[in-house]
Amino acid sequence: MEDANRPIFLQLGERLENEIISGQLAEDSAIPSINELAAFYRINPATALKAVNLLVENGILYKKRGIGMFVAVGARKQLIEMHQKTFAGEFIDPLLAEGKKIGLSVVEIIQMIEKRSN
Amino acid sequence: MSKIIEVSNLSKNFGSLKALDKVSFAIEQDGIYGLVGRNGAGKTTLLEILTSQTIASEGEVTILGQHPFENSYVMSNIAFIKEAQRYPDNILPKVKDVLGAAALIFENWDQGFADQLLADFRLDLKRKVRKLSKGQTAALGVVIGLASRAPVTIFDEPYSGMDPVARQLFYDRLLADYAENPRTIIFSTHLVDEAADLLEHIIVLESGRVILDAATEDLRGQAAVIEGPMAKVMGAIEKLEVLELQEVGSFGRAFVNQISQSQSSKFVSEGLNVQPISLQQLIISKTKQNSNLEMESAK
Repeated sequence: MEDANRPIFLQLGERLENEIISGQLAEDSAIPSINELAAFYRINPATALKAVNLLVENGILYKKRGIGMFVAVGARKQLIEMHQKTFAGEFIDPLLAEGKKIGLSVVEIIQMIEKRSN
Repeated sequence: MSKIIEVSNLSKNFGSLKALDKVSFAIEQDGIYGLVGRNGAGKTTLLEILTSQTIASEGEVTILGQHPFENSYVMSNIAFIKEAQRYPDNILPKVKDVLGAAALIFENWDQGFADQLLADFRLDLKRKVRKLSKGQTAALGVVIGLASRAPVTIFDEPYSGMDPVARQLFYDRLLADYAENPRTIIFSTHLVDEAADLLEHIIVLESGRVILDAATEDLRGQAAVIEGPMAKVMGAIEKLEVLELQEVGSFGRAFVNQISQSQSSKFVSEGLNVQPISLQQLIISKTKQNSNLEMESAK
């Protein structure tokens, strides 16, 4: 995994979440097996299992006995809502802090955002 | 999970040198373990005792519930791949002779897997082992270690001399095969770096003692480096366990063993820079802290 400093199971969990949000992993479809995930990301299978179990606990994935792990129906909506809740803290706060450091007012920052998004 | 290896109060003295000093730890069945430490930390001595090539001065080792010394049951369940494996000089064995011997020794030997690995690492069966390069000799060890499928497989510095492509091949083959055939695998290394993601658990040795024994995922993200004006850094670390402190001018940097999310955000809001540190850096800082403590206590 690219970030050597954060727990790998969290990073793998985020990747899977992003794939669900982007629709690459469709609801009610199977995700790769633990062994496939471990081999692909070159991580310990126990770590891959931990990532997947966390998503199962959160209701994002569900287990079909003897078949594998599947994306839960409604998982995409649930994840989008979760990510919207953490958006401000993760993205706006650092933006404001950096702006403040170099003397940009909130109004100026908003103007810049509007200009860039057109 | 059951414990496959148990080491308690193990010491080994070479004259006045304590190569191992009351080492205790346990290894669970089926997992990939890293035995990490600097050169001379005692890794190879420890592995030689586990594989009964050396006798401990004190302490106990049990493998699969039995004492390993002159125990054929235990020995037939262990593959020990040494860093500097010597092959007999007088009979000049070829690669195929070495593999033939391995096939006889290891109960779970998989010839098909061995053949595949030989092709992967481009090892020629007809080549004399003595003519192999350092990296190829290491690769031969890897082939034997993996194809042995031994319940306990120990690699002592497996990748020294192997090029990056061969190393990555090793990780890939190891992971794929481990997933199909779980077993206990121990790596000894002084560099966690690129193998870090494979390791479930690490044990760090320093001066013959265990200074860290933990699940890698628990270690990741708990330690941090705090940077900023020295005065502020000093204030921040007052109640934290500091592993290492560095200073340049009025600027300081502290490596701390553990930091909570709320502490971290508080420091950031005070204008300090707080970053998690890598496993490799954590091990280096821990090792340094330990040798500093030792020097102080020797004073």
